[in-house]
Amino acid sequence: MSIAVIDYGLGNVGSICNMLRYISVPYSVESNNLEAISYSDGIILPGVGNFKMAMKILEDSGISNVLKDAVINQQIPILGICLGMQLMCNHSEEGDVKGLGFIDANVTKFKFDTYSNLKIPHMGWSDVIVKKNNILTEDLLDLSRFYFVHSYYVKCKNDEDILMSTNYGHEFTSSFHRDNIFGCQFHPEKSHKYGIQLFKNFSEWCKK
Amino acid sequence: MRHRVIPFLSIIDDDLVKTVKFKNPNYIGDPINALRIFNAKEVDELFIQDIRASETNSAPNFELIRDMASEAFMPIAYGGGISSMEHMERLFKNGVEKICMNSYALMHSEIVELAVSNFGSQSIAISLDIKKNFFGNGYSVFYKSAKKKYKLGLIDSLKFFQDQGVGEVIINSIDLDGSMAGVDSNLIKICSNSLSVPLIYVGGVGNPNDIKNSIESGSSATGVGSMFVYNGPRKAVLISYTNFDD
Repeated sequence: MSIAVIDYGLGNVGSICNMLRYISVPYSVESNNLEAISYSDGIILPGVGNFKMAMKILEDSGISNVLKDAVINQQIPILGICLGMQLMCNHSEEGDVKGLGFIDANVTKFKFDTYSNLKIPHMGWSDVIVKKNNILTEDLLDLSRFYFVHSYYVKCKNDEDILMSTNYGHEFTSSFHRDNIFGCQFHPEKSHKYGIQLFKNFSEWCKK
Repeated sequence: MRHRVIPFLSIIDDDLVKTVKFKNPNYIGDPINALRIFNAKEVDELFIQDIRASETNSAPNFELIRDMASEAFMPIAYGGGISSMEHMERLFKNGVEKICMNSYALMHSEIVELAVSNFGSQSIAISLDIKKNFFGNGYSVFYKSAKKKYKLGLIDSLKFFQDQGVGEVIINSIDLDGSMAGVDSNLIKICSNSLSVPLIYVGGVGNPNDIKNSIESGSSATGVGSMFVYNGPRKAVLISYTNFDD
């Protein structure tokens, strides 16, 4: 079993690898050797930064085509983290560009009226509400908290894709899951014991 | 959202230190060791500041930062000696979530906008060191380890850097640094009323009540230095952490 962590220059590959090492899950970091992605048992797509820039890098490097084949045709489990989750959607308001289109969802910006004391970006620890119980949410404590940093959020077209939700001004999808596709808006690699549990669940899922 | 309680770790070279009023750094111990303790205590977030780097015009201590970030299962913010996009890129690659600009950004403010457009607001913060004015009311902004006064006043500085797109503002009270004498709630109120981005206040926390006070005055997060590294009236070194969720 080995998980391919995609390194396309955006996002914190180091912290993810450290957590995988901590829970003794074999992994490799892939940036050039795209073939390795197709041979992996699971894929992690990290990401911090601008949606449009990230999509351009994924397309120019050929990663997006490899991912589409691995995820859609080969059905390899994938975990998208933060911007990585958003990239798997159809479209984002950030740069008004198309995403990878793995899940029927769009990415939109938080908007609060000026009287609201809610700040953008949503940054910090927030609770998640588990909407579906499956292997990915196993042993997550009832009120698990995770670390978030984002100004945009995902809106799923199908409610049954929503795995977890979080409240920030209103309820939004903090994690989605459909078939072999799993995304979370928060950073499990920076959410100590809660994140460790989530990576354990993901790697168990990849084994199946 | 939860109020964050953030340990602020000051480093000089490879050592963890703690200052009083930005002076007299006292050796606390090994930063990696401290980080492991904070890890085990499931800290919300951690700030690492190299308090000597900008004074000596040296680059960030990338090796130490990488070693610290790789041990950390919580978000890490780093500040000190950052003067280029290349520095920032290396820091993010080394596992830092947030870059905190200080002296260099006050001297070359164009770097802030550039950093924001390259890495996004959420990863760029500005830290302002604040001193009460000698005469009358009001505050001034200082940099270069509290040695130089900034050309803009407090509120103008806050607005200026917010307009440059920073995702967060850190307010460091020079007067209360290391004092454990309580927070400057007036300063917190002034700053939080002038900002729409989250405000982190640091300086003077000595007990859980001070954190409550900081929350009530309008901060989104409170930084803690001395209280988490010292114990008792004689300031024995003992690293601890409490989240004060209630």
